[in-house]
Amino acid sequence: MDLKLLPAEASPEERAAVASVFDSSSEASNADRVAREGLNEAKARRHLLLPALHAVQKAVGWISQGALNEICCRLIVPPAEAYGVASFYAMFSTVARAPRVAHVCDDIACKLAGADAICATLERTIGPPGTSSADGQATWLRSPCLGLCERSPAALFQLAGSESADDDTIAPATIDEIEQILNGATVPAPAVGSTPQTSGTREPELRLLRRVGVADPTSLSAYRAAGGYDALARAVQMGPAQVIAEVSASELQGRGGAAFPTGRKWDAVAKTAETPRYVVCNADESEPGTFKDRVLMEEDPFATVESMTVAGFAVSAAHGYLYVRGEYPLATARLEGAIRQCRADGLLGADVMGKGFAFDIELRRGAGAYICGEETALFNSIEGFRGEPRNKPPFPVEKGLFGKPTVINNVETLANVLDIVLEGGAAFAGVGTEQSTGSKLFCVSGSVERPGLYEVAFGTTLGGLIDLAGGVRDGGGLATVLLGGAAGTFVSPEHLDTPLTFEGTRAIGASLGSGVVMAFDESADMRDIVLRIAAFFRDESCGQCVPCRVGTVRQEELLRRLARDGARPSPAAEADLLDELARVMRDASICGLGHTAANAVQSAVSMGVFEGTERE
Amino acid sequence: MIDVTVDGEVVQVPEGATLLDACRTKGVDTPTLCYLETLTPVNACRVCVVELEGSRTLVPSCSRAAQPGDVVQTDSPRVRHSRKLVLELLASSVDLSLASGDVRRWVDRYEVDTARFGPAAAPAAADERDGRDSGHHHASDGATAETVAQPIKIHDEMYVRDYSKCILCYKCVEACGDDAQNTFAIAVAGRGFDARISTEFDRKLDQSACVYCGNCIGVCPTGALVFKSEHDLREAGTWDEAKQTMTRTVCPYCGVGCNLELHVQDNEIVKVTSPMDHSVTHGHLCIKGRFGWQFVQNRGSE
Repeated sequence: MDLKLLPAEASPEERAAVASVFDSSSEASNADRVAREGLNEAKARRHLLLPALHAVQKAVGWISQGALNEICCRLIVPPAEAYGVASFYAMFSTVARAPRVAHVCDDIACKLAGADAICATLERTIGPPGTSSADGQATWLRSPCLGLCERSPAALFQLAGSESADDDTIAPATIDEIEQILNGATVPAPAVGSTPQTSGTREPELRLLRRVGVADPTSLSAYRAAGGYDALARAVQMGPAQVIAEVSASELQGRGGAAFPTGRKWDAVAKTAETPRYVVCNADESEPGTFKDRVLMEEDPFATVESMTVAGFAVSAAHGYLYVRGEYPLATARLEGAIRQCRADGLLGADVMGKGFAFDIELRRGAGAYICGEETALFNSIEGFRGEPRNKPPFPVEKGLFGKPTVINNVETLANVLDIVLEGGAAFAGVGTEQSTGSKLFCVSGSVERPGLYEVAFGTTLGGLIDLAGGVRDGGGLATVLLGGAAGTFVSPEHLDTPLTFEGTRAIGASLGSGVVMAFDESADMRDIVLRIAAFFRDESCGQCVPCRVGTVRQEELLRRLARDGARPSPAAEADLLDELARVMRDASICGLGHTAANAVQSAVSMGVFEGTERE
Repeated sequence: MIDVTVDGEVVQVPEGATLLDACRTKGVDTPTLCYLETLTPVNACRVCVVELEGSRTLVPSCSRAAQPGDVVQTDSPRVRHSRKLVLELLASSVDLSLASGDVRRWVDRYEVDTARFGPAAAPAAADERDGRDSGHHHASDGATAETVAQPIKIHDEMYVRDYSKCILCYKCVEACGDDAQNTFAIAVAGRGFDARISTEFDRKLDQSACVYCGNCIGVCPTGALVFKSEHDLREAGTWDEAKQTMTRTVCPYCGVGCNLELHVQDNEIVKVTSPMDHSVTHGHLCIKGRFGWQFVQNRGSE
């Protein structure tokens, strides 16, 4: 391909950053793909586009024309396409930007915890979002949910320069701390305590959280001492077909939100005639209010690596991709460490455990795009394209990553597989309810006494879970609960006896979604919360299809009219119009983002959140 | 051949045909915007959706492969609603004044009413939309409906880009890319409502990879991309399609044999297109055939 490049040169730092992406292992795997899949060099390398953009962003704080040239030359990607990809992600800047950036979360849980006051102060001291500080070294931006809701308010720091530390987060964040870090202070070590059930007397029933707080998450030997890699050894004894049979018998359903039977995915991929096959772990957890996968990856990263290996063994895939949310630096570091140690110990590589099968994992870091949690958008993102969802069918089990049969599972879903292999599918299915098997992680945040990640068997009621988290904070009254995240539903306290199961939530017109349970007491400004959710979907729509691209804009405009008593021509007419927008987004959008973009806001409107403007 | 039921009537289509093919076989007028026979379907506009029995959501007929026994509704309340809303969302945010007669017919058929979203917001300043950051936007108070309106881009003597008329159908990107030209001068940049067609860093076309083949203009369904010659006549108020004739001929420049359609008004060539159904060009040309026609009109006044 002839490339017409920009008249700009990369700086030595930019050149070195791009070069760092081409390590020997990626070159070997590319050569492998060229040989196996008959790709040309350019197509085999394109998947390095996102890592290359990350490397440049980290090195100099933005993607300059010279840097883009360098990337395009090395990867043989047309500059217009590379720019299209770079400008798609919120964590990349295509204009010069200060090297120290604070992304201050002002999403739902952080808003409840005073994020707006932090933003107001930064606006006063530095200026509006995106303004550089007086010395030009720092800036700040508002951010969608950073997945640190149990310790809200939160902030993410992108720190550019080869001398700088890696990106990092703080939660709970104070304005003083944010300003100190922007002025050059080091980011303090992460606070502990995301899982109240593992402090003090441990609950014996914990399954998914059993190693949290017990085994050092940075040590493979600690993981093995705590039973790690027993499941893979058992899986190898059983053989691929039996592993899939057990997963099917367990009736495990996906924990990312769609609740698809995992066994059916694995079985479909194992039965395809096509090779190579891929295993992808969807760790792009971005649903507002969700932090379960983050805690698993931070506290038990080897379990993610082991469970992906089990999946690879079961479906005869030799390559796994682990796509971690860009805003999760600690999880990324822990997983990188885990992958490195597993490789060194022969638990990943050409001959896993000496059992004669190959499996290795490449970690990919997202760059600030909720839509990339949609499985086909995630594939496009890994492949070096804009994170736009593909039309389904074909489904990933047929044409997934690189157009090949792919198993794609959420982190929590995979974590369950280890128990299924060890105890058998039937025993696993004995936990929980008939239609919702196993245990479930719930991200409890908002106005509760002890926010955190809780593991309970399916069937626990909504009220029971809130009680487990200490009930409503300061003895306040419960106004409403957001169930399932921004794509979920607001439910009123009358539903507290609803069992938290797939079928139980369905019965009240809600869904478990990604396991979000966010409580709001009577002091919460629900209008403000609903407007934030509408803004979120407008920001995060990829823009590909009309119903979602324009529908999310019209939805936000409509809610703003309701909120400021500017309903036109009447609140009832606006509610009808909102319903019409919801229907076109649900019926005609390409993917789940558009399908669910009206769920929570509609439930809030029908609960009367905007009434009162009406009475005037 | 496979059987598909469209609005209660069984039609036969070849294997590999789409539901759109089935609708057309039955003679159902199915609206499409981002679809073109010569391009890979991106199914982004969603105006061609139909109700497929057994599917939770509506499906895009342009790209959904017909399966034996498919039962499809093209005029159910759900289909009518989604098509109406898609057209309303576009018409309320994009200037459709140069869209085809087909589009105007569909706008009437689905009773498109853009007023219910409120008056249009003020246009963006020049290049402002090109600099918008993904993941951040300034929310209005809802009193006005946001649009993509912005100043027209005229940077050279061949192309005019009026992105106030862009529905983001991806056709120009596909024609510039591997569906036709393989030049890759333009792509979609940004995200969400701020997504736009752009060169790298929004550089002007003459500094980009653009080779001025005009194929992006050839596929644009809304007049967002037009030839400068056409734009100038429109501005002067003298563009009159009723007065134009179209003459089909063969390009004189090289031996490929591309067919040209010369659009002539007042004995002057005002635009050159290529027939979509021609086996050599499939509607596409190069810069010479597309723009190199002035010599024909050089009648030697001296």
